[in-house]
Amino acid sequence: MVPLSWYLIVAALLFCIGLYGVMARRNAVAILMAVELMLNAVNINLVAFWRYLQPEYQAGVTWAIFVIAVAAAEAAVGLALIISVYRSRDSVVAEELDSLKY
Amino acid sequence: MTIQQIVFIIISALTIGSALVVVLDRNLFRAAIALMASFLGVAGLYILLDAGFLAAAQLLVYIGAISILIIFAIMMTRRLMQTTETPFNSQPIWGLIAAVLAFALLTIVILNTWPTSDFAGAEPLVGELAVQSNVNALGRLLVDPEAFVLPFEVASVLLLAALIGAVAIARPEKE
Repeated sequence: MVPLSWYLIVAALLFCIGLYGVMARRNAVAILMAVELMLNAVNINLVAFWRYLQPEYQAGVTWAIFVIAVAAAEAAVGLALIISVYRSRDSVVAEELDSLKY
Repeated sequence: MTIQQIVFIIISALTIGSALVVVLDRNLFRAAIALMASFLGVAGLYILLDAGFLAAAQLLVYIGAISILIIFAIMMTRRLMQTTETPFNSQPIWGLIAAVLAFALLTIVILNTWPTSDFAGAEPLVGELAVQSNVNALGRLLVDPEAFVLPFEVASVLLLAALIGAVAIARPEKE
């Protein structure tokens, strides 16, 4: 059987790749994609903990389902916002959207 | 090294490799396709963890819906697929440092708390019966007043709000 820590390390690596994408990408759609990667990493953790530590009570799987539902809502609203911003500013580069700064 | 561990390593390599393509590739469309491959790898990890229902939900929701939504957004916004300019903002080095530090910290904590030699707990539920009882119990948990019925209902309200909100935000303004 695969040790629990392998799953946790793969999830941590996926989370940090997503973190890097959020902090370093220019494009707002790419930032959203990196956020989805981070949510997936969290889901792997939830399911791995359920499977290894408490397989008789499926709280981890249930929360993973809620995370998927929230991620779907987040992607829909986020992409709608990006399209709306693109329409008014003609750009989706996150650095150029700075009108709240001044 | 057992078969299961080899399969785990292959699936993890697929997941991590395509995740790297997602954050590093210049071409946003290729990044979106790599994102689908990464979601597929995560679904494989769910299957290895005996969470078959979740793997199916992952395939349907992430690969079937969210990836398609992202590809639509990429195609609807011009200039996104240009491959000449840099894909990064002004702080890729600092982002890299922060991500590496976060990974180092997480790894130290994980290896100290759950050492690799410790095959903690969990007698494996295997076979058709286990999967069936899994999904059965999951469905009961979701509608059990003692368990998750409140978050379940709130999630449906959230999805409705997101649906209406997305339509309202993305609709072109009219006089």
